[in-house]
Amino acid sequence: MDKIVDIENLSFFYPDGHQGLKDINLVVYSAENLAVIGPNGAGKSTLLLHLNGILRSNNTIKVFGLPVEEKNLKETRRKVGLVFQDPEDQLFSPTVFDDVAFGPINMGYSELQVKQRVAQALKWVGMDGYEQRSPHHLSVGEKKRIAIATVLSLNPELLVLDEPSSNLDPRSKWSLIEVIKQLPMTKIIAAHDLELIGALCQRTIILDGGIIVADGSTTNILNDVALLRAHGLAPEEKLRQASS
Amino acid sequence: MHSFIDKYSDLDSLIHRLDPRTKFIASLAFIISVVLTPTSNWHAFALHLCLMTSLLIIAKLPPFYVLKRSLVIFPFVLLIAVFIPFLKPGEVAGSYNIWLWQVSVTYAGLLILANVAVKAWLCIFSLILLTATTRFVDLLKGLKQLGTPKVIILILSFMYRYIFVLVDEAMRMRQARDSRSFGGGRLRQLKTLGNMIGTLFIRSYERGESIYAAMLCRGFGDEIRSLRQLGFKRIDASFGVAFSLVIISSAIIFW
Repeated sequence: MDKIVDIENLSFFYPDGHQGLKDINLVVYSAENLAVIGPNGAGKSTLLLHLNGILRSNNTIKVFGLPVEEKNLKETRRKVGLVFQDPEDQLFSPTVFDDVAFGPINMGYSELQVKQRVAQALKWVGMDGYEQRSPHHLSVGEKKRIAIATVLSLNPELLVLDEPSSNLDPRSKWSLIEVIKQLPMTKIIAAHDLELIGALCQRTIILDGGIIVADGSTTNILNDVALLRAHGLAPEEKLRQASS
Repeated sequence: MHSFIDKYSDLDSLIHRLDPRTKFIASLAFIISVVLTPTSNWHAFALHLCLMTSLLIIAKLPPFYVLKRSLVIFPFVLLIAVFIPFLKPGEVAGSYNIWLWQVSVTYAGLLILANVAVKAWLCIFSLILLTATTRFVDLLKGLKQLGTPKVIILILSFMYRYIFVLVDEAMRMRQARDSRSFGGGRLRQLKTLGNMIGTLFIRSYERGESIYAAMLCRGFGDEIRSLRQLGFKRIDASFGVAFSLVIISSAIIFW
C-alpha cells in the first residue's frame, strides 16, 4: 500500500516555548480513514496543520512521497485538503461560489474548469443551488458543508477534517457523517466525538500531551474504556454509574 | 438579522440590470456636477432632485427606506457646517446674546449652510441608489475592473464578509455582560466596555491569522487572482448617454 503520510520523529514547539508535539511517528496508508482523538489541547490541530505545511518544524514529514517544504507547498496544498474547525475562518468570501472557487482560481484553472469544479464540489456535499448565498447567513450545518466543499473543489487526495461535528445538533451531525462517508479519498479526522469516528474511521490514534499514546483499530480503542478514561475521553466510573 | 447595505439589490429593474461600472461612474459624475454647481443655482438642484427621484422610482426602491437612509448624512453635515452662518461675513439676519458672547447670523452664511446640506443630501441619494441597486460583490468587481488596487478590493470584501461576524460577536459579548452585570457606576461600565473592545480586537486579530492560514491551505500565493469579467451591454450605453445629457444640460442651462 502507498504511504500517503509519513511522519518521523516530529516535534513542535510553540513560539512561547511550550512543546506541542513530541516525537510523533505516524504512517497513513492510501484509502485509510484515520481518526485522531484526544482531549482539548492534546495537539490534534497542531498535528493537522503540519500536514500541508502551515506549521513546519523539522523536515521530517513526507506527504505523497514529497517532503513538506517550501518548493513543494503548492503541490502539497492541492493534494491535502484541510478543513478548519470554525467555518467562519474557512469561509471568507462574500458568496459561497467565491469561496468554493478560491482554491481552483489560485491553482490557475480556466474559468470553465473552475465552474465545473465548484458545481461538482457543491453537489458532493449536497449544497447545489447555494452559489450566490452569503456564507454568513447560513446555518452552522450548512457552513460546515460549504467549508468541506471549499477543499473538495481542489480534488484533494487526502481530506483532513478538524472537529467536523463541533457545534452541530445530532441531525446535522449524522447527515454530515453521511456526506463525509461517501467521499472516496483518504481521510484524517481529528475529533473528540467518539460517535463520529466510530461511524467513519477504521483506525484511531489517541494523542495526549503531544504524544501518540495509542494506535489501533477504532473498534478496539473505543471498547477500551480504561484507556479512554485515562485520556479524558470517557467519563469517570462514578459519573458513569450516576448517569445510568 | 442584519440590515444589509445592499438590501434591495435582488430586485429587478432597469437600474439593477446596469453594469456596476456604469452606475459607479454615473454616481461619481453626478456627485461632481452637484458639488460644482454654484451656490445660488436652485433650479439646477431641483433638476438634480428630479433626476434622482425618477431613478429611484425606476429602481423600485421603497421611498421611505431611501429617505430614512439618507438622513444619516445630516449629523455629519451639521457637525462640519453648523458654524458657517456665524462666521461668514455679510448682511446680518439675526443677532443673539448667548451668555457673554454676542453672535450674529448672516444671510450669506445661512445660504451656504443650506447649500451644503442640499448638496450632501443629493450626493447621499445617488450613493444610496448605487449601493441599493448593486450587489456588493458586483460593485467590488466593477471597482476592480475600473482599476482599483486589488488589495483595497480584498480589504473591502473582507469587511463586507466579517462585519456581520463582528457585530454578532459584539452582541453576544454584550448579552453576556448584561446577564452578569448588576448596576455599578458609570466608570465601572466604561471600564467593562474598554475590556470588551480590547477583547474584540484581539479576537479579530486572531481570526485574521486563521483566515490567512485557511487561504494558504487553498493555494493562496502572492498574487490575488479572480474569475469573471463584467460586460457592458447596450443598455449601459443608452443609460450613460441619457444620464450625462441631463447632468450636462443642467450645468449649461442653469449656470
